[in-house]
Amino acid sequence: MNASSSTVIARPRRPAVPRSRTRLALAAIVVIAFALLPLGLKSYGTYLCSLFCVYLMATFGLNLTIGYAGQMSLGQAAFLGIGAYIAAIGMKAGLPFFAMLPLAALACFAIGLALGFPALRVQHHYLAFATLGFNVLVFLVLRNEEAITGGTFGIRGIPRPSLFGLSLERDLPYFWFTLASTLLLIALLGWLLRSPWGRAFAALRDNPIRAESLGVNITAYTLLAFAIGACCAGIAGAYFASLVGFIDPAPFNFTASLLMLLGVIVGGAGRFLGPVVGTVIIVLLPEWLRFMQNWYLAAFGVAVIALMVWLPGGLLSLPERLASRRIGALP
Amino acid sequence: MSERIIEFENVVAGYTPSLTILNGTTFDARKGEITLLIGPNGAGKSTVLKTLFGMLVPRTGDVRFEGRRVNGHSQRDLLALGMAYVPQGRNLFASLSVRHNLELGGIALPRHALAPRIDEVLARFPRIRERIDNQASTLSGGEQKQLEVGRALLLRPRVLLIDEPSIGLSPKLVQDVMALLRELADQGVTVLMVEQNVRTALKYADRALVLEMGRLALDRPAHALLGDPDLNRLFLGGHVDGRAVTSTTPAGGGSAV
Ligand SMILES: Nc1ncnc2c1ncn2[C@@H]1O[C@H](COP(=O)(O)OP(=O)(O)OP(=O)(O)O)[C@@H](O)[C@H]1O
Ligand SMILES: [Mg+2]
Repeated sequence: MNASSSTVIARPRRPAVPRSRTRLALAAIVVIAFALLPLGLKSYGTYLCSLFCVYLMATFGLNLTIGYAGQMSLGQAAFLGIGAYIAAIGMKAGLPFFAMLPLAALACFAIGLALGFPALRVQHHYLAFATLGFNVLVFLVLRNEEAITGGTFGIRGIPRPSLFGLSLERDLPYFWFTLASTLLLIALLGWLLRSPWGRAFAALRDNPIRAESLGVNITAYTLLAFAIGACCAGIAGAYFASLVGFIDPAPFNFTASLLMLLGVIVGGAGRFLGPVVGTVIIVLLPEWLRFMQNWYLAAFGVAVIALMVWLPGGLLSLPERLASRRIGALP
Repeated sequence: MSERIIEFENVVAGYTPSLTILNGTTFDARKGEITLLIGPNGAGKSTVLKTLFGMLVPRTGDVRFEGRRVNGHSQRDLLALGMAYVPQGRNLFASLSVRHNLELGGIALPRHALAPRIDEVLARFPRIRERIDNQASTLSGGEQKQLEVGRALLLRPRVLLIDEPSIGLSPKLVQDVMALLRELADQGVTVLMVEQNVRTALKYADRALVLEMGRLALDRPAHALLGDPDLNRLFLGGHVDGRAVTSTTPAGGGSAV
């Protein structure tokens, strides 16, 4: 009887990352297909593809905050705005894009630390309030500090960079540049989460209390996740400024933050590739539901609530959900 | 008697200001012994371990570790001082591999010290070594418990707090876990264990403390309690049949209310 307990149940020996080669090949196909997609699109379609990449940088960062550190952040658009304005102001003053990009990233990282540090010390859910207030504040500053930000008139004529002497002025090269940068950023985040040091983020996501009892400094890791998330948005902002060429405060209001938050949740917070699905939706939805004007956000909100009820793990959890139903073992 | 490693002195603690769980709890645990903490559900056994491991700050009273007052110390401090805690239930990071789970247990160690420590732990657990690259959630219940204990041992703790290690394990595996704890204790590790599987645990323990309503109700050598004909009546609610010392089904003695 005793012997049987250890031999009868042969468990499948599943590696930590299943079928990683197949996955990699699949990802490569999807990326190549996407890279070629604008060849068949008009200029507006190409713009949307670039915009998708820009938002993807921001939502991948936000997923670290929401999915891994388990924090609500309602201010991702503010960091996007800070990055965009830093890049725009610098480039208008004649500084190169590649000088402004790290500056935008660093500034957002530092502001993230400064905002998150007091908020996370008080209570974990304070970060939601702090970022909400922060977003409103940033929006007001962008709108009212006309001398620096141009107020509601915004900043016009933001140039696009050139890379190794190649101009990225035209839409297609700029798209490829943005796509390559986004892939690089995603790869960096992936590497971070797999590094021995970054693995604590996964521990934080899986079980924060247990992580703490192993000596993981969860306040520090949570803060770091938030600051890295903010940094990603700052980077996205710089690409955004060059993409649109004209920025005003509108795209950086609280609604945009909410949209990004929903984008992360829809795909499945804490899934590495979760933001991809949600970001497709947040970029395309306003286009599809243009006839609804500003009500599209309400419609989206309702859809997300419905999704959370039926599929709390997000859209990417659907395959697992179906599989577990088939073998009759719902989690 | 041997050295007192853990001391509780009139500890009063609770999760909310209005509700007190530990009501002036006083006890100690001695070096190299397995001290078994038993009592009915809700008596505050897990709360004792949580208070010891800094997750709960005593309102009054003293918690001492090797003579040093450690009330409300951070968990990282306590790990550094040589205490480790294996909580009740499943504690692995399910999405990570076995190796990565072990590495997280040594997150406080410098990089170069980690690999030899992991080897040291794996030498103790050959079954875990075989599955080192598997996802932790694919291990069997017994393997998972072994991995949890192994992970706690990475920092070479002098005190191991362990809460109901036998839950969900087959009788054979319960014996294995107990034997492992006995071996650790014989090597000088002080073990403070909460366990519902009283009869089995008593066979491996040195001392038994009975906790009732957040107070120490009884403090006996384990073998004395095991031989006590009143054992069942005392705190098992008469559920376990007779005096047959073979009843070791998972959570077998755990139905005391
Ligand atoms: N996190 C918590 N918040 C509030 N109350 C709690 C919490 N954890 C435990 N309690 C309460 O504290 C009391 C003691 O709980 P504790 O977990 O210490 O009991 P226990 O002796 O370990 O019981 P068991 O044998 O069921 O594990 C119980 O009444 C329980 O409801
Ligand atoms: Mg308990």
